[in-house]
Amino acid sequence: MLNKNIYLILLISLVFAISFWIGTNVNLLPAEASINAPIYDELFKILFIIGLIIFIGMTMAVIYSLFKFRKRNDQIGDGIALEGNLSLEIIWTIIPSIIVLLIGLYSYNIYDRMGGMKELNHNHEMISSNSKKIWAGISQTSDNEISKNNLSIEVSAMQFAFLFNYPKGKFISGELHVPVDQKVSMKMESKDVIHAFWVPEFRIKQDIIPGQPTVLNFTPTKVGKYPIICAELCGPYHGGMRASIIVEEESDYNDWFNKNKKTEVNL
Amino acid sequence: MTISIDPQKTNNKSLQPKGWLRYFSFSLDHKVIGIQYLVCGFLFYLIGGTLASAIRIELASPMSDFMPRDVYNQVLTLHGTIMIFLWIVPVVNGAFGNYLIPFYVGARDMAFPRLNAVAFWLIPPSGLMLVASYFVEGAAQAGWTAYPPLSITTPQSGQIIWILSVLLLGGSSIFGGINFIATIIKLRRPGLKLMQLPMYCWAMLGTSLLVVLSTPVLAGTLILLSFDIIANTGFFNPVLGGNVVVYQHLFWFYSHPAVYIMVLPAFGLVSEILPVHARKPLFGYTTMVFSIMGIVVLGLVVWAHHMFTSGTPPWMRLFFTIATAFIAVPTGIKFFNWVATLWGGKISINSAMLFSCGFIINFVFGGITGVALAQVPFDIHVHDTYFVVAHFHYIVYGGTVFIIFSSIYHWFPKVTGKMLNEKFGILHFIITFIGFNLCFAPQHWLGLNGMPRRVAEYDPQFQFINQISSIGALLMAISTIPFLINIFLSVRNGKDAGDNPWNALTPEWLTSSPPPVENWEEEAPLVEEPYGYGKQFSEQK
Ligand code: HEM
Ligand SMILES: [Cu+2]
Ligand SMILES: [Cu+2]
Repeated sequence: MLNKNIYLILLISLVFAISFWIGTNVNLLPAEASINAPIYDELFKILFIIGLIIFIGMTMAVIYSLFKFRKRNDQIGDGIALEGNLSLEIIWTIIPSIIVLLIGLYSYNIYDRMGGMKELNHNHEMISSNSKKIWAGISQTSDNEISKNNLSIEVSAMQFAFLFNYPKGKFISGELHVPVDQKVSMKMESKDVIHAFWVPEFRIKQDIIPGQPTVLNFTPTKVGKYPIICAELCGPYHGGMRASIIVEEESDYNDWFNKNKKTEVNL
Repeated sequence: MTISIDPQKTNNKSLQPKGWLRYFSFSLDHKVIGIQYLVCGFLFYLIGGTLASAIRIELASPMSDFMPRDVYNQVLTLHGTIMIFLWIVPVVNGAFGNYLIPFYVGARDMAFPRLNAVAFWLIPPSGLMLVASYFVEGAAQAGWTAYPPLSITTPQSGQIIWILSVLLLGGSSIFGGINFIATIIKLRRPGLKLMQLPMYCWAMLGTSLLVVLSTPVLAGTLILLSFDIIANTGFFNPVLGGNVVVYQHLFWFYSHPAVYIMVLPAFGLVSEILPVHARKPLFGYTTMVFSIMGIVVLGLVVWAHHMFTSGTPPWMRLFFTIATAFIAVPTGIKFFNWVATLWGGKISINSAMLFSCGFIINFVFGGITGVALAQVPFDIHVHDTYFVVAHFHYIVYGGTVFIIFSSIYHWFPKVTGKMLNEKFGILHFIITFIGFNLCFAPQHWLGLNGMPRRVAEYDPQFQFINQISSIGALLMAISTIPFLINIFLSVRNGKDAGDNPWNALTPEWLTSSPPPVENWEEEAPLVEEPYGYGKQFSEQK
């Protein structure tokens, strides 16, 4: 009996070890390019490891049963008439409940760190269309922070393109340029159907909903060019609705901005 | 209030046609209706599967070259709608429910045989109408979710037919649900206690509650949507002041429970199959019953996890995360109980058993990605990507479809009196299992790395993985060939099954195979222990 338990413990440790190894060494995600990304990836890793443990454990239990308890040719009769076991049932109700609760709390914490839990305070100074309710995307900031921020950009989505309006420079661009390591606030509006703004490397996505302007904030951390993908079925060319976000050093960004800025309007 | 139901009075079966012709008649026999559901569903599955193959052919290359982009969206919409409303829901509920429930409660028919027949006969015409709508000018192309404003602004005639046909199919499942509830509650043979019912009855009771509570909401929503399209009202049309997010709430209030309408009956079926072939009692009957009810209750309050990126308020996201993740608990209980049912058994490794075990493995995988998706921060990145496509196909295909096949292998001898060929069956299982995992496992990676769903064209860097996925789909298509051959050969020259080839204890096996018109020549037997393996049987031997 003791022997059997030792084998079981060894086996469970092995499953844990394998899952930890895979979870930490196999990278299934694209590059991390915003402050949200490493936070997201932390959660991903935890979920991946727990998922592997459960999946490997259950699969092994099923396959083992099929081998170990399969009916040999000469056998007749039934298996043991075991109908239940209260302590087992309690264990496998309580342990998963605790795991689920812990995961929930942990992902709440992650979500909070990503800025998702901040309520939007309804101070409409910043927003041009005064009466409309602004909806919360992830990574909220207070209006105060937004107004201090120079980098507010207006995004309009339409079949089948994104347009980026830089109000401070009074120009519109088809490519989103932003400086690295600075918080960007975007106000997003749709001209027709529902679209979605997704940058996989940033781990953020927000639907762009007609009739409901939405604010989305993010801080890019890595210079480079990343795809912006529409992730909500928006018509025949939905698959082609893509744009690019170019994250560059501040000086490069300023050059680009000044080149595009409509100076005459400012005079 | 007491309702007295006497199927004998409403049902004059001597006038029904005999032989295979009866499957083409307006029969009131629950067994005939069950088989009608199954065969009709399978025909639509072949159509839906052909469409899926067309989708996967298109996706074998990054450009949109196999069909025009709008046709792709139409094919996609039709595939999703057919698979849900014409294959899974009618088969796991209508087909097996009709065939088995009267046996399980010890009745000679369903509570309302005529309503039952009507429920079935709504399906072929509305299904044909749905398929035909593909050929009208401007077929539906807004996906099976039909989100406005896209569904309002794309061409109209196809979308309207789509709505009408989904409404009729919803009506059919409401009729079915009412009938199941009435049959299980009211037609139970005297002396049969609720806690002695086979697990599939409980699963169908739970499912039917979900059907009756949530399908009318879908109907109402679609009616409002059709007003927006035809009469220019503004319920959901933002141009007229409507709110598109309200549609999403209403839609998912039905369509999330719809997932459980697809998997709960499968849970019930696997609970019937495993004990028979493992020759052990179903482990933890009572907790199994409670977990079904837990899933029903939780299933009704988690719909907004489909809307985490739709601008829902933060508190709502939190609530729906926790509620969704908690469904893993009752679901997990069921899986542990099934494995415990296998443990220490005398397991026959046959096609029914293999498909059921394949189901457990696939569903655990789909369940794990489901718990992950419940976490808002996780969902935000992968919502509306191939990760989600992979997740739900693990549930609906790796779960429910595997169980449909398992059930066919298990109950074929009862229905026809003939055995299915095991060699073909095991071949069918192996190709399906490999094809399925090859097709859908790589899609998780696609979603994580930037491939959105519902696209006809994609970034060329994803081509290789998509090709693997398409090869998997091809294998799945091929896997239906040994299955169909097996069915045709066995119906004609299969080995005689006898009345009870598996030595099973549930009541349907205690009558002849195939069963007589009113199920039992004499009085229905009282089965107090449908899972009494290791007790009665070893004594008899
Ligand atoms: C026969 C094997 C199957 C294959 C190869 C297959 C393949 C696919 C593919 C490639 C998509 C497109 C994914 C996207 O872009 O969103 C899809 C969508 C879908 N499939 Fe399947 N599928 C199969 C079986 C099923 C089954 C059995 C169901 C049962 C419910 C199902 C339900 C759906 C649904 C609901 C959609 C979404 C449609 C939409 O987005 O409007 N599929 N399938
Ligand atoms: Cu779009
Ligand atoms: Cu789109």
